[in-house]
Amino acid sequence: MSLSKAEWLALEKKVDELRNLTLDTTYWAGSGHIGGGMSVLDIMTVCYYKYMNIKVDDPQWADRDRFILSKGHAAVAYAPVLCDLGFNDKEMLKTFNLSGSKMGMHLDSNKVVGADASTGSLGHGLSIAVGTALAARVTGKDYMTFCVLGDGECDEGSNWEAAMTAAHYKVTNLISFVDRNKCMIDGRTEDVKNLEPFCDKWTAFGFIVKEIDGNNIKELCEAIDFAYENHKNGGTQPVMIVCNTLKGCGIDFIEDDYTWHYGAFDDDRYERGKKALAETYKKRVARAEKEGA
Amino acid sequence: MAGGMTYTAIESTQLSTSEIYGQALVELGREHNDVVALTADLAKSTKIGDFMKEFPDRFFNVGIAEQDMFGVAAGMARAGLVPFLSTFSQFASFRAADQLHTDLCYQNVNAKVIATHSGTSFGQAGSTHHAICDLAVTRSIPNLTVIVPADGYETYNAVKAAYATPGPFYIRINRGFDRVLYENSDYGFEIGKAVTVHEGTDITVIACGSCVFQAVQAADFLEKAEGLKVRVINMHTIKPLDKEAILKAVMDTRRIITVEDHSIIGGLGSAVAEVVVESGKGCAFKKLGANDKFAPIGLHEDIMADLGIDANGIIEAVREVMKKDFEEDDNWDDEM
Repeated sequence: MSLSKAEWLALEKKVDELRNLTLDTTYWAGSGHIGGGMSVLDIMTVCYYKYMNIKVDDPQWADRDRFILSKGHAAVAYAPVLCDLGFNDKEMLKTFNLSGSKMGMHLDSNKVVGADASTGSLGHGLSIAVGTALAARVTGKDYMTFCVLGDGECDEGSNWEAAMTAAHYKVTNLISFVDRNKCMIDGRTEDVKNLEPFCDKWTAFGFIVKEIDGNNIKELCEAIDFAYENHKNGGTQPVMIVCNTLKGCGIDFIEDDYTWHYGAFDDDRYERGKKALAETYKKRVARAEKEGA
Repeated sequence: MAGGMTYTAIESTQLSTSEIYGQALVELGREHNDVVALTADLAKSTKIGDFMKEFPDRFFNVGIAEQDMFGVAAGMARAGLVPFLSTFSQFASFRAADQLHTDLCYQNVNAKVIATHSGTSFGQAGSTHHAICDLAVTRSIPNLTVIVPADGYETYNAVKAAYATPGPFYIRINRGFDRVLYENSDYGFEIGKAVTVHEGTDITVIACGSCVFQAVQAADFLEKAEGLKVRVINMHTIKPLDKEAILKAVMDTRRIITVEDHSIIGGLGSAVAEVVVESGKGCAFKKLGANDKFAPIGLHEDIMADLGIDANGIIEAVREVMKKDFEEDDNWDDEM
């Protein structure tokens, strides 16, 4: 599935819309996990808008591709995706995090249509994703499962239990990502607890690792194409796409700043954020125009 | 019960409770192709090896990784399968507690935890492998049905009922052989419906798991030796609790003892006490179980004796509670 320039530009437009909607949601809620939401948005956009086989009018369609957001705190970005796709009314985003809302800080998959798992407690998603992927094998279905982890989340030992299971059972119908934004609540990942050599860890656990710029649509598509090929061609190892990203990607004054794991947006910041996103969009369109084919 | 367990009494004494679970799982596997089994390196110990042999494509051993097993099962359930997860009770309720809470119960998936080696039934392994706090944890988790079968027949019934009932289950069974309480599986098992296994009007003993057989023995002895009529209730379902049976016991006998192979904090005794207190009715009450202490190492029957949850311990407790001065009056001076 090669990426045409037109498709690239369309995805840039979509991810810009979703970044704006994520900023809006944070602003409406007063605050949110905007840093990790912005870093993971390119991954989510490419999965949902280019690759995933889903039916908005049949959310529980048994043959649908699954998406497990293991870093469940990025719901402030995931909820906009699930609304934009049409699973939920966009008006719901104005209630995000508010008392009585169906949309909390971490999505409840029994309340938010389209969410395949109720995540938020870290270190759970990869196991759940391995489960949905293995279920496809048992039931003879050919859907794919996508799973996105946070890098700080990889401190949780349960991820590595899941990694061993994925490798042992050769779960190639699972495409995994780590949103490697190098930030966590208490500091830089390397300062809180060293993760490096990070890619080597996944390799040692039996994955084929692709390390890319996770805020680059083209690189994301190439890596996902590789994972599909690996599955189709009878590969025996699951693929992990380590996505080097910027926390807060798209809003220059919060980018790469761990203190923006969770933050508040008042009127002034909101206006500045909107301008920053417009600038980001221009630059990214220019890159797509130049590098796209 | 149509399609019930057909083992003879002799066969049932030749199969451990876990082996009976293993048989029930194989039967379910044959009847329903959505049944899958998972274990964390305890296929042999939890006796699900027969399922593994017959359905290798529906059997998953995730290695010694309980947290992962619960997450994988949740994913499978979300994709339409009915996973049966087997590991020791202590690991199911504590090691994987967050996954049990969030992945299984918060998501409210159709997955069944068969927690083996419960209570002090793996006696010689010591407190690392005893599960005397698991009911306190599991019965407090929303959506989770919690069952403690009294013997192999009841285990069979509980496993079958779990498949037939959507939602997460925690079924807590013993290691090794259980004393056989029932003559067969055909006694009308129903989730949330306690079974009166010994009639009586003087005092009620509410028990679960291996303590039910002990309570019946105690009741038989007390009836013959002392003419006491002891009602014994098998409270196999800890949640949803049969409140009606408890309230009836309060009204009929006004003296209740609970017995469980578990801490007296948070388990069956606490669950019954909540109902008694909320009823507003006066009732002499005593909880038997591990009294806020870890159990010693030893054979299961020896530990049960040490904790006072065997027939002798129950007999003593009945005598004690029968002596309690308890009147239907408003004068509390002689009762405080």
